[in-house]
Amino acid sequence: MKIRIRFAKTGHMRYVGHLDLMRYFQKALRRAEIDVQYSQGFSPHQIMSFASPLGIGLTSEGEYMDIEVNSVMSSQKMTDCINQAMTEGVQVLSCRRLAAEGKTNAMALIAAADYEVRFRRGYAPFETEEQMTEQWRAFIGQPHICILKKTKKSETEMDIRPLILEDQVESSVFRLKLAAGSSQNLKPETVMEAFAQFCSHALSPYALDIHRLDMYARMENGFCALETLGEEIYE
Amino acid sequence: MRKLALPDEVLLSIDKSARYIGGEMNSVMKSKDAVNVRFAMCFPDVYEIGMSHLGIQILYHMLNIREDVWCERVYSPWTDLDAVMREKGISLFALESQDPVREFDFLGITLQYEMCYTNVLQILDLSGIPLMAVERSEKDPIVIGGGPCTYNPEPLADFFDLFYIGEGETSYYALLDLYKENRAAGGRREDFLRKAAGVPGIYVPSLYEASYHQNGTLADFKPLCAETPARICKQVQVDEARLFYPDAPVVPFLKVTQDRVVLEIQRGCIRGCRFCQAGMVYRPLRERNLDYLKGLASKMLDNTGYEEISLSSLSSSDYRQLYPLITHLIEDCGQKRVNISLPSLRIDAFSLDVMRKVQDVKKSSLTFAPEAGTQRLRDVINKGLTEEQILEGAAQAFHGGWNKVKLYFMMGLPTETEEDRMGIAHLSEAIAKRYYEEVPKEKRNGKVQITASASFFVPKPFTPFQWAGMYTKEEYLRRAHQVNDEFRTQLNRKSMHFQYHEADVTVLEGVLARGDRRVGAVIQEAYRLGCLYDSWSDYFDNVKWMQAFANTGISPEFYTLREREENELFPWDFIDIGVTRKFLRREWERAMAAEVTPNCREACSGCGAAVFQGGICHEN
Repeated sequence: MKIRIRFAKTGHMRYVGHLDLMRYFQKALRRAEIDVQYSQGFSPHQIMSFASPLGIGLTSEGEYMDIEVNSVMSSQKMTDCINQAMTEGVQVLSCRRLAAEGKTNAMALIAAADYEVRFRRGYAPFETEEQMTEQWRAFIGQPHICILKKTKKSETEMDIRPLILEDQVESSVFRLKLAAGSSQNLKPETVMEAFAQFCSHALSPYALDIHRLDMYARMENGFCALETLGEEIYE
Repeated sequence: MRKLALPDEVLLSIDKSARYIGGEMNSVMKSKDAVNVRFAMCFPDVYEIGMSHLGIQILYHMLNIREDVWCERVYSPWTDLDAVMREKGISLFALESQDPVREFDFLGITLQYEMCYTNVLQILDLSGIPLMAVERSEKDPIVIGGGPCTYNPEPLADFFDLFYIGEGETSYYALLDLYKENRAAGGRREDFLRKAAGVPGIYVPSLYEASYHQNGTLADFKPLCAETPARICKQVQVDEARLFYPDAPVVPFLKVTQDRVVLEIQRGCIRGCRFCQAGMVYRPLRERNLDYLKGLASKMLDNTGYEEISLSSLSSSDYRQLYPLITHLIEDCGQKRVNISLPSLRIDAFSLDVMRKVQDVKKSSLTFAPEAGTQRLRDVINKGLTEEQILEGAAQAFHGGWNKVKLYFMMGLPTETEEDRMGIAHLSEAIAKRYYEEVPKEKRNGKVQITASASFFVPKPFTPFQWAGMYTKEEYLRRAHQVNDEFRTQLNRKSMHFQYHEADVTVLEGVLARGDRRVGAVIQEAYRLGCLYDSWSDYFDNVKWMQAFANTGISPEFYTLREREENELFPWDFIDIGVTRKFLRREWERAMAAEVTPNCREACSGCGAAVFQGGICHEN
């Protein structure tokens, strides 16, 4: 049975990288005595996959992990059990059952992610909030936003404008819905760098405080939060 | 939410910032206002090394059981953070509370190997604690050292307020109670140190004085006042029921060196290898109860979620309940999907059978530690392993499907001759030859792969070889090259790989291991010149160390090259490890005559460890 787990990663846990977080969950699920399925072979491992890695330093309340289990308990009980085996900074928000049939894997389905982006205190390269909002409007109003994308071998130009799906600025907080997934993926840092460049400002690598809010799949009726693709399990 | 000592800008600019955040599973949080004593327990190396150390986990657990004490962990900041802390004036902090180490009552530093000594100074320096103990004030933590290197604490005597000699289980509580009493009574730092000198196992270096002969050797070493004990007795916990063991060890976020549950099956060793310090200072052997270990293994796995367990001891094959223990673990762990990683076991039918069950034969290798190339030299070092046993074990393993063999040797052992060195190549060759004889062509899984690693022998205090002389760096390298050349003339040279340890580190380790108080100045000068992480070959800088010797006018050769006189007073002789100097000297003489001494189980050789009233000495 496939279970989708939504969790938050905050506080000091934002300095724990993706691979270490995977190892963390492997141990945590064992501590919580969740009946996780193991792969076959000489060194079996838990069947577990993450929707999209979160960069070091970022926080989130919309992280997703899919696991396979041999037996289930209710969504509430499973959430409580895992949370009892957690350390501060990681909290499971929901555990939901995925349909046995069809394409359900979060890593394959993810199409967009919402972010909240703030400038850290003292790092905003603008005099006033109004100025920032005004500049943003001008930036986002462009038909194309071309950036140089560095690959291992070369630099290619890329238009990121179509990957910025929604945007909003309010009280110095940027809310962005950006394309995500294996085919098209845009990082909020990339957007903000392009914005700073547009305003002829240099952006310090520590200027941004980025929080992921949720991740989405593209369905017939628009974007659906990955959580909503699973169903609640009752006793 | 817990605050972090390092600002985001710093945490984002350094490698592996998870080393510095604390908050791991089973780490202990308390309120600093609710405890009387704050203890910072430090392993002076990088987090991944320090977190792999069992002793710290034991002490951490033992101290935190007390409600009035909060023990937190400290590790060496890696070189990138070290530079940032110096530049920005950030003080070293403990992982749990993220509070500065300077604010603690105690800073405990475990001394596991000599090459960490400059890191000890880094810890003090970054904490803002004066390097020299005499310069510390009432505000500074009491700096206490422990671990194997305290069996000769003298090179570090100037930097520590106290040393704890032996196992932490016996005297730590008394020491902490004394600290509380002294403070409650309005006592000062010096009052506490003076009283601490009376606690069994506690050595207060500032209360002792060393004097030297004209030739540089130690003339006298004695306490400054009559009430301070002249000898410090090593602490041993012989009451098994009072050996602490954490059933919920701290689980790091990062992948550390020892990323698994570690089960200590016994303390001490019966073997009596003459080069081995651990084999002497941890006497007597004390085996843990089988049922206790079964229960403990299960609890630790449940509390950590680890997917692997390994056994810890100096010589696991000597644990008499090894067969039932491993059988139980294979059964129990198989159900829990836990892997068992085996310590180096003596290769025999049983261990090969077990290894086949828990390892992928194709990927794993067999390890033998003959230590020396000829039987004569193996007799000198009292390594009870014969060539026939090695070849027979290898043959069985080859039939079992293994084709990778690791061999460990030492060069520069006392009495070593050219023949002994050539023996390293010849023994390796004999094993390779055995593979091709034993395994028919159609059953071979490619070539046999033999890796022979040699380190250079460093004589350690409290071993029968404590009198031995060492060699120069050039001589070590000459010997290594000789062995290397011999390997190249062997028939199966293409199946064999020979590698050896760095010679300059060996010489330095030799100075620090048997150094006296005067060596402290060299360590401080080397640190001032920028030496740090000396155990990491990328960072070890021999030129700076040699400069430090030159600047302080201290000769490394005095400590290394000389074979010591039978009656020379050693800097560590004020420590009583139970095993007597008389026994060690007898063993030295037997070594010179290449006579083997039976192990503790075969016959008691009267080493002196029976004085502790427990363990193997009193089994019957």
